[in-house]
Formats: sequence, structure tokens, C-alpha cells
Amino acid sequence: MTALEIAQQVAAGETSATSVIEASLAAIAATDGDVHAFVDVHGEEALEQAAGLDAAIAAGERVGPLAGVPLALKDNLCQRGLPTTCSSRILEGWRPPYDATVVTRLRSAGAIIVGKTNMDEFAMGSSTENSAYGPTRNPADLSRVPGGSSGGSAAAVAARMTPLSLGSDTGGSIRQPAAFCGVVGVKPTYGLVSRYGLVAFASSLDQIGPFSTTVADSAALLDAISGHDPMDSTSLDQPPTALLASLDDGVAGLRMGLCSELLAGSSEEVMAAVHRAAEVLASAGATIVDVSIPELTLGLSAYYLIAPAEASSNLARYDGVRYGNRVVASDVPAMNAATRTAGFGDEVKRRIMLGTYALSAGYYDAYYGQAQRVRTLIIQAFARAYGTVDLLLGASTPTTAFELGAKVSDPMEMYLSDVFTIPTNLAGHPAMSVPVGTGAGELPIGVQLLGPALSEETLFRAARVVEVGRDS
Amino acid sequence: MSEVTPLTPAEVAHVAALARLTLTDDEIERFTGQLASVLAHANDVASLDLSGLEPTAHPLELRNVLRADVVTPSLDREEVLSQAPEVIDHRFGVPKIVGDAP
Repeated sequence: MTALEIAQQVAAGETSATSVIEASLAAIAATDGDVHAFVDVHGEEALEQAAGLDAAIAAGERVGPLAGVPLALKDNLCQRGLPTTCSSRILEGWRPPYDATVVTRLRSAGAIIVGKTNMDEFAMGSSTENSAYGPTRNPADLSRVPGGSSGGSAAAVAARMTPLSLGSDTGGSIRQPAAFCGVVGVKPTYGLVSRYGLVAFASSLDQIGPFSTTVADSAALLDAISGHDPMDSTSLDQPPTALLASLDDGVAGLRMGLCSELLAGSSEEVMAAVHRAAEVLASAGATIVDVSIPELTLGLSAYYLIAPAEASSNLARYDGVRYGNRVVASDVPAMNAATRTAGFGDEVKRRIMLGTYALSAGYYDAYYGQAQRVRTLIIQAFARAYGTVDLLLGASTPTTAFELGAKVSDPMEMYLSDVFTIPTNLAGHPAMSVPVGTGAGELPIGVQLLGPALSEETLFRAARVVEVGRDS
Repeated sequence: MSEVTPLTPAEVAHVAALARLTLTDDEIERFTGQLASVLAHANDVASLDLSGLEPTAHPLELRNVLRADVVTPSLDREEVLSQAPEVIDHRFGVPKIVGDAP
């Protein structure tokens, strides 16, 4: 059942929230031994919340639009009193003293969080292999990665353990795993979803967004969590989205650009799938034109300077003083170093060092300063493109999911799997990955739809057209 | 535009020390190679002439965000301190950072 079907049945009293949560917990028990999407399952808390919801419905109270819907939360989102690790040893045992704004909003929408999902440590990675708690496996093929860094959230939905999950996307960490696992994944406009309670990685890029099996479910979830929040100073002064209302309005009259830089170097099966999606959109009345934005090819390099620079600053807070683990030493600098050396994994150490280097005297202008100027270049180039088309279309990833272990020893090779998703984050724009069939080995393929800031309504209409056309 | 020199193990050790990380010699060697390959890729950016462009630090138009100066509920002090590795007298505890009084 989809999230919206569950919510409708629960609200109507046809199904109890308790039985829905029991079914989700049973699916986790049956499947997650193989997939390892979860780092923590909150069965007791979830059943308690479900019982409360059932009692409210029995008493005739109004319930939220996601009443009784089980949801999985990436483990970099805070729930008060429940462990939040970011899949890092340094936060093992930490219990946040507050709820993330998305958690508060989910609760008032009636959704029920059943557990926390595995991720690359501090969201740094593209395969969920950089987790201190072991990798997640792709439900479509257990020998392959689910993508990352929100690999657990993508896999939980793909394996039908929960109909909804939340992830975070700094350079593609929602869209890339969505494509690899064959689910819908959305990176909203920067600032549309409050990040209060999201553990920071690269603050000028991070954004929270949904995973689901259907476009409508992601629309409902974004409608529930978006909108201004005074607790996040980068939150846009925008009301919550109302995407469900216009979801079936179609794409007639829209101009969409098939972007060559967002296809270049893709495997043949990925190219074919993207062209199929373009045909579906064209037959629904969109005009498809070829677009080239050469500046986008600089995105990857700029990103791997900017994101590590911001991370090196953000992760300075893990000093063994206020929260998280401490390794005891005789003085403070030695304690800081011993704590960080024991607490962080290799990829986090690489990014911290890369960022520290890019910001250091003598290299700042050549690396960080240049990367910030490339960011301007990419924003201007997108603006020119969106002067002629409403949306852009490309691949989410160059290939389908790769084998576990295939890229762990070569970080640069791993980084290249984000080449199509990164430019969106640099510009602060929204984009989403929608499944468009499978390639060799029945591995899922995703098409990526991109738009200018706050174009979610148009994006979701196009995604819905792709979904309907793909299934017909 | 700037000339970028290859990364050396000494630079990696220096950067690690700045970032409060302690690396073994083997790790320094491995990280030097891996970071050098990322920086080599970044040379496509480092070598561009972008002198006419303003840098972008953030996708939004940055502005100060102020709230009314009124007291609102905050985090519970004991709950916050319960998460600290060491608490001394209701405060965060750290190893001694100053010498004994003369």
C-alpha cells in the first residue's frame, strides 16, 4: 500500500495504525537482516504512538494527512531521547535533547517513525559503505550498493519496509540512492525544508527531502514537512507546499531541456531510459529541446572543494567536550586529537583534511576562492538555461548500482558517481529522481528532473507524467 | 589561475595536525595519494581565469535574521549536560587547562 492509501484507510477507521505499524515492523524483521537499512528500530515507541492515534480516531478526533504511515528517518536527523549516530563512532550513544523540526511536523501530520536508517558517516559518501555499522545492501541485488549517503532510507522504501523515508542531499545523497534502488527521491529547493535538527555536513548545500515509491507520496511528505521555520536562519519565508493539489495537471505547454552534460558518459541503458522518459513527456504535450550547459562539468571539482571546506568547519564541534564520545588524555589538545582520531572513519578524515587544506593560507584563493567563483558561474549558466526552458531533464547517475567494494579504495572514482546531481546543490535548486525502468540484471534506472528555485510544483507534475507514462 | 603544486606527505601531516587528527606514517602515505588525486581533478577549477566573477558562498541572498528579544523556552540544562562526556559542578568538564595557583 502507498502512504496515501494507508493514511486514507487509517483515518477512515478501515485499518488501525497499530496493525500498519505491526506490518512494517514485521517487514523489517523479515528483510533487514539481509538489507541492513536500519541502524536502530523504535518498535515500542512506534506502537505506542500508533495506539494513541487509534484512540484519537476512535474518539472521533481529526488526524493528520499522514495518519498511521510508517516512516524511516536518516540517522542524521534528531529525535529527542533516541540515539542519533550519523553512522559514526564519535556519536555512539548520543541522545539528542531536542526534536528536529521535520520530526515535529511529521508527528503532527500523523506519520510514525519506526527507526533510523544507515548512512555514510556524516553523509560523506555515495554507497553507504562508509558507515561505522557496516554497509547497507541494495534490495534489487544484495551484492550491490544502495547508493549514498542516504542508502538506508532508499533501501527501506525500496524493500517495502516503510512506504516513506527522509534523507538529506548535499551533493546527490537522496537522488543517487533513489536511482540505484528504484524509488522516487526529492532534493527540494535550498531553504524550503527546515534543517533544525539535521546534523550539519556542508551548510550551504544540505537539504532534507523525501523518498517514496510513488510521486504522490513524496508530494504528500514534502507538503507535510516544508514551510518556514524560525529555528533555521536559512529557512525560506515560504508557506508549506501544496503539491498534491496540482499533481495531475500535466505538462502540456511546458518546455523541457534534455541537457547533454547531464547525460555525457552515461551507460547506453541509462541514456536509453532518459530518452524514453523524454518521449513520455513529449507525448503528454511537453516540448523537448536539446540544451547544453558546459559550465556544469565544473561542478564536481567545485563541490569537492566547497563541501569539504564547510565540513572541516562544521565537524570541528566534535571535540569530546559537550556531547559524543571522548578519549581521555592528559590535556585538552591531546584529548581533542585522540577523540577525533578514534571517532572518525577514513572518509570523514579525508574530507576534513581536504577542506582544511583548501582553506589554508596559500591555497585559499586557488581552491576555495576559485570553487566559489565556479559556483557563481554555474548559477548564471542555470539562469540562462531556465530563461529558455521550464525544466531540465537528464540522468540521475551515469550507471546503475555498482558492486559493494568496487570503489572503496579510490575516493575520486566514488565521487564521480555524483557528477549529475552536484550542480543542483551548488545552485540551491530542486531536483528529483524518478524510476524509469531497469537495465541489465534488473537494476533500477532513474531519470533526473531539475528546475529553478521553488519550481517544485512543475517538477512534481512532470515527475507524475513520467510515472504514469512509464507504467502504461 | 594560480599555480598549484603537488601535495606532499609533510603537508598532509601539517593539515592533520591543524584538524586535530593523529595519523600513522602509513595513513599519511595513503591519504597523500588519495587527496592528491582529488586535488588533481580540482585543477580544472584552479586553473580557470574567473577574475571577473564574484564568489558565491551561499545560494540564498544572505541577510541577518533577527528575532524579537524575548525569553523563550530553551533546551533543558540537565538533559543537555547528561550527554556530555564529563560534567563537573553542572558544567562541561575538561582536563586541566591552566597551571596550579602559585
